[in-house]
Formats: sequence, structure tokens, C-alpha cells
Amino acid sequence: MSVKILIPTPLRAYTENQAAVEAEGETVSAVLDDLIRRHDRLSRHLLDESGAVRSFVNVYLNQEDVRHLGNGATAVRPGDILTIVPSVAGGGGAPWPS
Amino acid sequence: MAQLTREEILRYSRHLIMPEVGLKGQERLKDAKVLCVGTGGLGSPLAMYLAAAGVGTIGLVDFDVVDESNLQRQILHGTGDVGKRKVESARETLADVNPNVNVVLHEERLTSENALRILEPYDVVADGTDNFPTRYLVNDACVMLGKPNAYGSIFRFEGQASVFAHGDGPCYRCLYPEPPPPGMVPSCAEGGVLGILPGVIGVIQATEVVKLALGIGEPLVGRLLLYDALEMQFREMKIRRDPACPVCGESPTVKELIDYDQFCGVPDLEERQRVDAEWEIEPTELRARLDNGNDVYLLDVRNPDEFAICRIDGAKLIPLPQLLEGMHQLDSARDIAVYCHSGIRSAQAVNFLRSIGFRRVKNLRGGIDAWSREVDSSVPRY
Repeated sequence: MSVKILIPTPLRAYTENQAAVEAEGETVSAVLDDLIRRHDRLSRHLLDESGAVRSFVNVYLNQEDVRHLGNGATAVRPGDILTIVPSVAGGGGAPWPS
Repeated sequence: MAQLTREEILRYSRHLIMPEVGLKGQERLKDAKVLCVGTGGLGSPLAMYLAAAGVGTIGLVDFDVVDESNLQRQILHGTGDVGKRKVESARETLADVNPNVNVVLHEERLTSENALRILEPYDVVADGTDNFPTRYLVNDACVMLGKPNAYGSIFRFEGQASVFAHGDGPCYRCLYPEPPPPGMVPSCAEGGVLGILPGVIGVIQATEVVKLALGIGEPLVGRLLLYDALEMQFREMKIRRDPACPVCGESPTVKELIDYDQFCGVPDLEERQRVDAEWEIEPTELRARLDNGNDVYLLDVRNPDEFAICRIDGAKLIPLPQLLEGMHQLDSARDIAVYCHSGIRSAQAVNFLRSIGFRRVKNLRGGIDAWSREVDSSVPRY
């Protein structure tokens, strides 16, 4: 089953600048695995050394954070949308205070 | 409750004729005390609209000075303000927008030592900072003091907004329990930001602040609003309060403010300088070596758009994210000088190259910006 995944700006460099891509799978984990197979340069940015989604990257199934569902094991259905939302600190001010 | 003067009644007349605001609401705004953390991209439209709307007391926290590269988005500051202290420039602008507003300046970096003291007198906090340690500091201080935090954050073409620490709602740590390690997420200074973007997000923050002060509408609590300027789309995600949250959860483990630089893995300034010093080359020294005909390979690790703006003659471009794939182009037997805009990304590149065995690699101190200031003024600054 194909699911739409929305890619945030910082990661679009690794999806040929596409804001939305498709990937196949029956669960959130399977869809993310397929996403990384199709766009392998995403891996380092999305997953940590153990293969888990990085702690500062949130994945939403439709409007719900998958941490509050069944994490990676959460089943996806046709028409679902996965949204990747990384932590962003920018305020358009000065760079790092030093 | 504060009384409105004749001048204020005329000034706020478009508010006063709406039943949701009215005279009582406008008086509540006049009594309201709002702290804007940061007077940059987000803080500019935020503070200006709060002043125009008649918020009686606006506190401003910033320790920075106005730079020309701020003017593309920081509309509190104008061309004539370059070089001025930001809080002073902001005070002048706000006084012109609305002289009835009491503007309180806090010209200092928000720290664990001063945050509770600075935040305490205010009713609402609006977080428009630009770094993770201050984000977590503002969040934790707001939770501890029970003050709502109108949050906004921006990067390139995308923004996020929410209201944290309000009533039973979640806090920033419920959304992002941990910060990214340094270097994983670029700042606006490295990644760029559309100048208009903080206008949209800062005005959403201002809207939430005014709603909270008036006690009207549905606050952006438990919801993360995502804005994508390129797609021109707003999306909304749910944020749930995390019962295990170390700050606002059922058994909090963080009960007082901590060392946020350490929490975010930011090495302190001293440490960065000590590590950097032995691996650095001064702009003047590099210039002298090049002028003497010494063989130095110049490696530029900025992104291609920055390379198009300016470069040091003869430099080869390998953007930092591509360094792993592109390092076969480098010869470890040659002297290599690495530079970026200000010396931070190139320091990462130098650390990486040293870690895989390069010994003759140096970081250009202060990057091409210092090169322009100290050695070659024909290279434009940005």
C-alpha cells in the first residue's frame, strides 16, 4: 500500500527537492524503511545509529504523533499521510550566542 | 483596571467597537505585561503588533547589536540602526508605534541564573529566540512559573507555532523531549530564512498573546501549527501532554533550571576556542602564505549559493554535507585551509578530516567573513 509522506524543508535536499513523496508499507516502520530505500541519503538524518527515528524528529500519522499510537508498529491505511517534523530553533535572529 | 485616555479611546476605536474586545478588553490589554525573548525576526513583528494593539507593558530581552544582514527580516530595526544595541533600536521603534506602551529593556543573555527573575513580573512570555538552549530554558522557566509561552520557530520557508505551559496543556519538552546534537540541524545563519517568514509566524505568536490577554477564542494549546510558505499551506498536528515529561509531567525530575548549554551538548566558548586554536590559521597568515607562493589547497565547505556570492580565489567547493563523498578529491600530503562563512562549519570539517588522518589541515579563523574584514575588502560580506 502506498502512503504519502510530507518532507520538511531541511530534508528536501535528500528527496530531490520534493516536498511530498510516496512509499509502500503496512506499518509506519515499513513505510519509513521503504522511504529510506528510495532516498538513502535521508537515513543519517532520520535515523540514529541503532536505526530508531532520531529523538528530535517527530513523525505524525495524519495529525497524531506516532509515539502516542503504536510507534513504528502502528498500522497505516490507504489515504493516510505521514508528516516528518524536525525540531527547529530558528527565530531569524543572530547566530549562536557566543 | 487601567483607564483609557481620550487619545487611547480614539487610537483603539477599531478594537472598542468589537464586542469581543470592547472597553473592558482594551483595558485588560493595557494592564497586560508581555515578555518578548529576542528582538530579531520573530520578535520584530510580535513586539510591533503588541505595541500597536495596546499591550501596556512589553519587556524585551536581547543582548545583540543590529547588523546589516538582520534588515531583510527584522523590521524593528532600520538602516540607520546598524551598530545600535537591538533593545535600544526596538524601544525607539515601539515608542513611535505607540508612545503609551511601557517598554522594559533587559539587555542580557537569558540564563539559568537570571531567567526566573526576568520572567516573573510578566503574564505571558513569547519565545522568539534562535537557539535550542534558550528554547529549553524559556520552556522550563515558564512551566516552573506557570506562565503561558507563545512559541514560534522558523527555518528557510517553514515555521512552527504553538502555546505551551498553559493550563493543562503540554510544554515544549512534551513535543521535543531532547534537542538535536549540535551540527545536526543548521541555524538560520547557516541555512537561511525567507525574510517574510518570521512575519507570518511572529504575527501568529502576537495573535495568541492578545487572545490570552483578552481571554477570548481557542488558544493554540495542544496543537502544533505548521506553515509552509512554498506550498502556502497550514497544517496542524496534535501535541499531547507527556505524563513522563521531566518538567511538566506527573513526577517531574527537573525542578530547577539546569545548565542548558550542557543539556544541548554545546561546548562552552572557552572549550571551543582551546580546541580550535591549534588547528586554526589567521586570515593574515593565510594571505601571507598564498602571497609567498606556498602550496595551500583552499577548501570551501559552504553551500553552492554562498559560494556564488563570494569566494577566495582558487578555492574548491565541497559543501559540508557532501564532504564524506567528496573527500577523495583531497590530498592529505598537501596543506589544506578550510573555510566557511564564520568558521563554525569549517571547524566541523577540520575535526572530521583530522579524525580520519589528515594532519596538514587548518581552519580559517572567522571564515570568509574575517577574510573580508581583515585581508581582502573586495570580497563582499553577507
